[in-house]
Amino acid sequence: MAEIRVDNLRKQFGEFTAVKQSSFTIEHGTFFVMLGPSGCGKTTTLRMIAGLELPTHGRILLDGDDVTFLRASHRDIAFVFQMFALYPHLSVFRNIAYPLHSQGVPRGEVRERVQETARLLRIEHLLKRGVSGLSGGDRQRVALGRAIVRRPKAFLMDEPLGALDAEFRRLMCGELRQLHDRIGATTVYVTHDQLEAMAMADRIAVMNQGLVEQVATPQEIYDRPASMFVADFIGSPPMSFLRFEGAVHPGERTVRVNGALLDVPQQREEAAGQLALGLRPEHVRLADASPLRGRVFGAEYLGTTQIVTVNTPHGQIKARVPSSLAVGIGENVGLALRAERLVLFDTGSGRALRSALYDGELNG
Amino acid sequence: MADVRLSAVTKRFGDVCAVRDLSLDIADGELMVLLGPTGAGKTTTLRTIAGLERPDAGRVSIGGHDVTAEPPAVRDVAFVFQQYSLYPHLTVYDNLAFPLRSPARRLPEEEVRRMVHRVAELLHIESKLQNRATRLSGGEMQRVAIGRALVRAPAIYLMDEPLSSLDAKLRAELRLELKRIQSELGATILYVTHDQIEAMTMASRIGILSEGALVQIGTPREVYECPANTYVAAHLGTPGINLIPATLLATPGAPAGAHTIGARTEQLRIGHARNGAAQGVLKRIEHLGDQNHLHLEVGGHNLITLADPHARWKAGDTLSIELVDPTYFDAAGRRIAP
Repeated sequence: MAEIRVDNLRKQFGEFTAVKQSSFTIEHGTFFVMLGPSGCGKTTTLRMIAGLELPTHGRILLDGDDVTFLRASHRDIAFVFQMFALYPHLSVFRNIAYPLHSQGVPRGEVRERVQETARLLRIEHLLKRGVSGLSGGDRQRVALGRAIVRRPKAFLMDEPLGALDAEFRRLMCGELRQLHDRIGATTVYVTHDQLEAMAMADRIAVMNQGLVEQVATPQEIYDRPASMFVADFIGSPPMSFLRFEGAVHPGERTVRVNGALLDVPQQREEAAGQLALGLRPEHVRLADASPLRGRVFGAEYLGTTQIVTVNTPHGQIKARVPSSLAVGIGENVGLALRAERLVLFDTGSGRALRSALYDGELNG
Repeated sequence: MADVRLSAVTKRFGDVCAVRDLSLDIADGELMVLLGPTGAGKTTTLRTIAGLERPDAGRVSIGGHDVTAEPPAVRDVAFVFQQYSLYPHLTVYDNLAFPLRSPARRLPEEEVRRMVHRVAELLHIESKLQNRATRLSGGEMQRVAIGRALVRAPAIYLMDEPLSSLDAKLRAELRLELKRIQSELGATILYVTHDQIEAMTMASRIGILSEGALVQIGTPREVYECPANTYVAAHLGTPGINLIPATLLATPGAPAGAHTIGARTEQLRIGHARNGAAQGVLKRIEHLGDQNHLHLEVGGHNLITLADPHARWKAGDTLSIELVDPTYFDAAGRRIAP
């Protein structure tokens, strides 16, 4: 168990700033996901926490101790890489036992701890097998076992499921999360896959161009995005934006989007200029009587629900509606919005404008 | 454009039967998707239509002509591969114009220009026409590759997982685009994928392949709502269908011979257990933002169902679970029609 604090961390590679001013705290036992597109600085941040890179500026605290310049091997952290490197000539047992042997742990204890780890991972029946004949999933489990057996303070994982196909990745997501629930060790997990992050994390840090844009629970990030980047990165399909030029004032409950007067959560701040109204597909309904109208561009059948894409004079809107509803391409439809869930953004800074939706927000 | 017909096509590679006794009718203007895991015979089927493979048995006809023995060049098909293979030294414009400038066609340059611009407009890459092909993002390169097929008007477009190398967001955008282009052009497309969401969202009809054989063919709604067997049922929908023993929950309307019950979210009605009459326990809630996955345990079986993210559930809740018009399968896994 460990608390990890990242304090004003910055990393430059020559002229290039990979991480700018990141600060966040990962509490004991949290499954923490760093999420962002490639090049956002998530892996660099993880490598600094591990001790594989030294920061240009800032500190890393592990349980209150400053470990910023401590070697990786002295941090009591286990790193799981994307490519699971196992010893092909050794059995599953010996692969898992390897880190303990090299630490000089007595034989009896090694056996006990390997057994316990194998039980946690549900691979007890494989211990005597060689690793070369194992399936991808089992090899992944053995690689995890080698990290778990050391009982480190924290696990750091860099896209450990990146090499697996979609169906199997989904399965391993569930397994990793269940494993975390059994062990309870602090885990920092890096991925570019928002579904993976949403499915596993207690908290997510969304990163973009070296900056942490938001740190919060998955639901919070989905419902109350801090920025347009976050709103656009999370969700499949992501949030739709209606861009307009206008102004909002504190206390207002409506906004004029290119001539259409729309209800929004009560606004808490002043803004003017280029703005955008953000709406999630779940907050849009087809309603004949609505004055907000558009033409159906596409309907994507997903089984339980369908995603209907509607082109309106103000921009493209996606709606998630029951698949029992018949929708024809080219049809003229009205759209009703769930006013209390809509978000306004200042498109210049990309920042979400404060409103009643954000009241009582848990600050990341 | 024309219809394409496969009649009892079989293709073996040594001991492996890649495609077995496959018959398929692709109607003019249809977007047919072949769905199946790696090794199901999807790509071999495409290559057989293109003439890149010769079937061991069966016939291929395009627009009513038997082309089984004809070489690829005379078959009038356009192939889009998984990996965009563009000419790196040419501009986007020249890449798109390439198939039109083939000596066999002798199109006037004015005509070429008109067609290239039309396709660039369809694919929203007009502003990139003068760029070198290598100076494009992955999504743009794949659009150019698709565009290079679209500048021609062949009998059929054959597409082999054309979106699989793109990231999730771009894939979602392009599948909507591709469907729009297909319906605007009235193009006939045979599209191969292992991604069930692509199949469900794009297809006029889906053909589900397993080990070289066609298991079921129908509109997305038909195969989702009336799967021929548990294999088809399990390959469509997210979260996946719950397949449970017929005896696990009360099923007053179960037909004779029901062995397995298939229950999707819309076929499960869950509520808080009352008077100690619980069928299951809520083990875990997975927050996916738009929806939550509820992981339930019922008599030692795990079930997954969707719930509104703001419904008041918590782990440990005891539940009443009712099946609403579920799907029944017999001991061999075949669906029993109601």
